[in-house]
Amino acid sequence: MKIVILGCGRVGAALTQLMAGEGHDVTIIDQDSGAFSRLGEDFPRERMVLGNGTDEDVLKRAGIKRADAFIAVTNGDNRNILAAQVARHIFKVPKVMCRIYDPIRQETYNAMGVESICPTIVGAKLFRDAVVNPVSRTTSPTHSLAQGTSVPLTRLQHPAGERQ
Amino acid sequence: MYILVGGGGQVGFYLAKGLLEQGHEVLLLEKDGRRLSQLREELGASVAQGDACEARVLAEVGCDRADYVIAVTGDDEDNLVICQMAKARFHVARTIARVNNPRNDKLFGELGIDVTVSPTRNILHMIEAEIPHHTIVPLMTLTRAGLSLVEVTVPDDTLEPGMRLRDLDLPSSVNVALIVRGEQNITPSGETAIEPEDRIFALVTQDGEQALRAKLLHEEE
Repeated sequence: MKIVILGCGRVGAALTQLMAGEGHDVTIIDQDSGAFSRLGEDFPRERMVLGNGTDEDVLKRAGIKRADAFIAVTNGDNRNILAAQVARHIFKVPKVMCRIYDPIRQETYNAMGVESICPTIVGAKLFRDAVVNPVSRTTSPTHSLAQGTSVPLTRLQHPAGERQ
Repeated sequence: MYILVGGGGQVGFYLAKGLLEQGHEVLLLEKDGRRLSQLREELGASVAQGDACEARVLAEVGCDRADYVIAVTGDDEDNLVICQMAKARFHVARTIARVNNPRNDKLFGELGIDVTVSPTRNILHMIEAEIPHHTIVPLMTLTRAGLSLVEVTVPDDTLEPGMRLRDLDLPSSVNVALIVRGEQNITPSGETAIEPEDRIFALVTQDGEQALRAKLLHEEE
């Protein structure tokens, strides 16, 4: 797949490495050239595009016209929302995703057909699961969370019947 | 009318002030605390602190009874989200967004913003209109109607003598509203003669603009 990712922060860089590692053709955009250092030495220069990712010309330079997917993960909810709508409405990218921290905003845009992930809610649920039901899901990330950090809390809120 | 203004920069400040002078009920939302106290000095209770992108803030200031929401921050993305949130969650009838990147003009219209104001585009058009060459100058866009008001000056070399407006054979997507000849304003009919250097003002669709270009300037897009 040809994928364009906007925002080379921690998530954007990790996502780029993950997907490029799986053999996808990934191009990443950021307006701060220093951000690309998160990608490490091996990531090809020509796959990094410097500029404002809500600007059509910048998106074109990143090859958005040929992209199968676009993912907006800058730090700004609104920037992600605008970029996602540019990708969807102007460039008709088949799969568009963005990150929206504000749960209400995410719910609103979800209803408008803008697909997104809300790390606030996802994070809250992971912590809840880690605390309330720490050993039931061995394959989920909650497992390691529960093993690692939630011991004092499980004592406070362990489900009845599983108390040790 | 109750008008909510998002963004207390220079544009937001003078806009709120002007609307208050016109007798409207105005609330200006500004998220920065320091800027807020400056604005309070001049506008008093017509300023509130908060991020106009947040539904909670919009609910608190009674967005559901606002007649207009006007987003004039310096960032296009914030203005888009303010207007879209106001529409989607509070069913505000009219939203106006300031647009810096002229490309966003059209996009914001498609995304449901009722009116977009682009200072960049306005200046570009003004400069274009100042330069004396024969081209179609867009003066105003009526987003919802899908129409533009355009101005075009009739070139010297494309007209046969005695040509009338109907001889141009313009399609119905071109609605010639006014012809200005020197100091004279002419309300045109099909029988109106066309002369070189006439300034033609017309309401056109996108197709209409191309037809006008083809017929009058003999240019194809």
